[in-house]
Amino acid sequence: MRLKRKDLLDIEDLSRDEIELIMSTAKSFREVSDRDIKKVPTLRGKTIINMFYEPSTRTRTSFEIAAKRMSADAINISVSTSSTVKGETLKDTAKNLEAMNPDCIVIRHASSGGPHMLARYLKCPVINAGDGTHEHPSQALLDLFTVNDAKGRIEGLKVVIAGDIAHSRVARSNIHGFSTMGAEVRVVGPPTMIPVGIERLGCSVVDSLEEAIVGADVVMMLRVQFERLHRPLFPSIREYSLVFGLDTEKLKKAPPDVAILHPGPVNRGVEISPEVADGPYSLILDQVKNGVAVRMALFYLLVGGAKE
Amino acid sequence: MDAKKIIMDGTGIRRALARIAHEVLERNKGIDALVILGIPTRGVNLARMLEEKIYEIERVHLPIGTLDATLYRDDLGRREEQPSLKETDIPISIEGKHVVLFDDVLFTGRTIRAAMNALIDFGRPKTIQLAVLIDRGFRELPIRADYVGKNIPTSLKEDVQVHLEDVDGVSEVIVIPKGDGVEA
Repeated sequence: MRLKRKDLLDIEDLSRDEIELIMSTAKSFREVSDRDIKKVPTLRGKTIINMFYEPSTRTRTSFEIAAKRMSADAINISVSTSSTVKGETLKDTAKNLEAMNPDCIVIRHASSGGPHMLARYLKCPVINAGDGTHEHPSQALLDLFTVNDAKGRIEGLKVVIAGDIAHSRVARSNIHGFSTMGAEVRVVGPPTMIPVGIERLGCSVVDSLEEAIVGADVVMMLRVQFERLHRPLFPSIREYSLVFGLDTEKLKKAPPDVAILHPGPVNRGVEISPEVADGPYSLILDQVKNGVAVRMALFYLLVGGAKE
Repeated sequence: MDAKKIIMDGTGIRRALARIAHEVLERNKGIDALVILGIPTRGVNLARMLEEKIYEIERVHLPIGTLDATLYRDDLGRREEQPSLKETDIPISIEGKHVVLFDDVLFTGRTIRAAMNALIDFGRPKTIQLAVLIDRGFRELPIRADYVGKNIPTSLKEDVQVHLEDVDGVSEVIVIPKGDGVEA
């Protein structure tokens, strides 16, 4: 079995078989992180460059740990220490990095489509670690993996994605991923944060959070991305939290075995109350743990094989 | 499928495992610090069957586990397609233990080399011993088995397949022309 692609740029493109292959491979990798010696020699001699043009703790660390646990050499470039501050274009940076013959480039970029452009210029695999408001495929894959692990299936589940849908690449990737895998996806949030025509991605839109979570198997809360809010889309943080924040009171509407996900970083008390984020139904830390295994699987499938 | 030769049936496999159980006990002078690890896929079932045979003799259950050596293979990066990963589950520390690795067919020895490297990343066993149901020859590495169900002369134009009731619905060892049948 193989992924029949050079790059991982978005979930929209992935077939159900490909998602299943990534998830089953990740399942085998999870055990490596529980060993005393957390390292396998699989990618010995490979070089993986992590280019992060936007802040990140979880995703960057997760990709770096995944690469190192597979014995690859991981190099991290963040925008503040790169030549971008001297005015170098993305394309020039990429061509120069390619001259050093890396085996994979992981990129997060503020512009939607940045990784896609890079992938056209580069011979090595490119993994999108989040591009603008477009997609965040490795996040959706780890969410799918975490839900499948907790619920034993994805097909037929009712999945609610709540919050700032408009700015969320996590939402877009998850709508594609969960609908490809046969789940029913509902999105909910302030009307100013729900893009017109989002239903075309394969989800339904609900106005009220309390209404949306009735009968839900999974509720995914999104971070309010204050850094992307250049004009106010809701009256106040307090009001947002009252109407669209998930607290124990609202959660009573959901079934007792509901799984709560959040891609992090969490704005405690804004989109999710601390009691819910730390509660027994929260899978937030499982998501982080599984993220390493999913990224190891991506490296194994995209970087581990023979070069063309 | 006309050229299929059955070289061992279910009874033959059971008898070979019974003998190997006695040999393991004889060589290790009992069951102290013994651990049995199966190499996926069918080595896992064989490990379980060996553990049952040892239980019949000693009335003590030995720890058994699964060791997938895929991540340690020497042909990764040379293949068009990445081999699919299997489970690894080693339930106890192997430090200072006598580890019996069980694989279905010993051929080039490369899987066993990978498995030994994988195992040593989990700790330092006192000994590593190798049990196989079939040794078909053609070694490419200096590796031999400590316990062998059956040695069979084969040609490189043939495939040896072990079928076990739990996985395949029938227990038998067959030799078929290369390319027939399903990939194990």
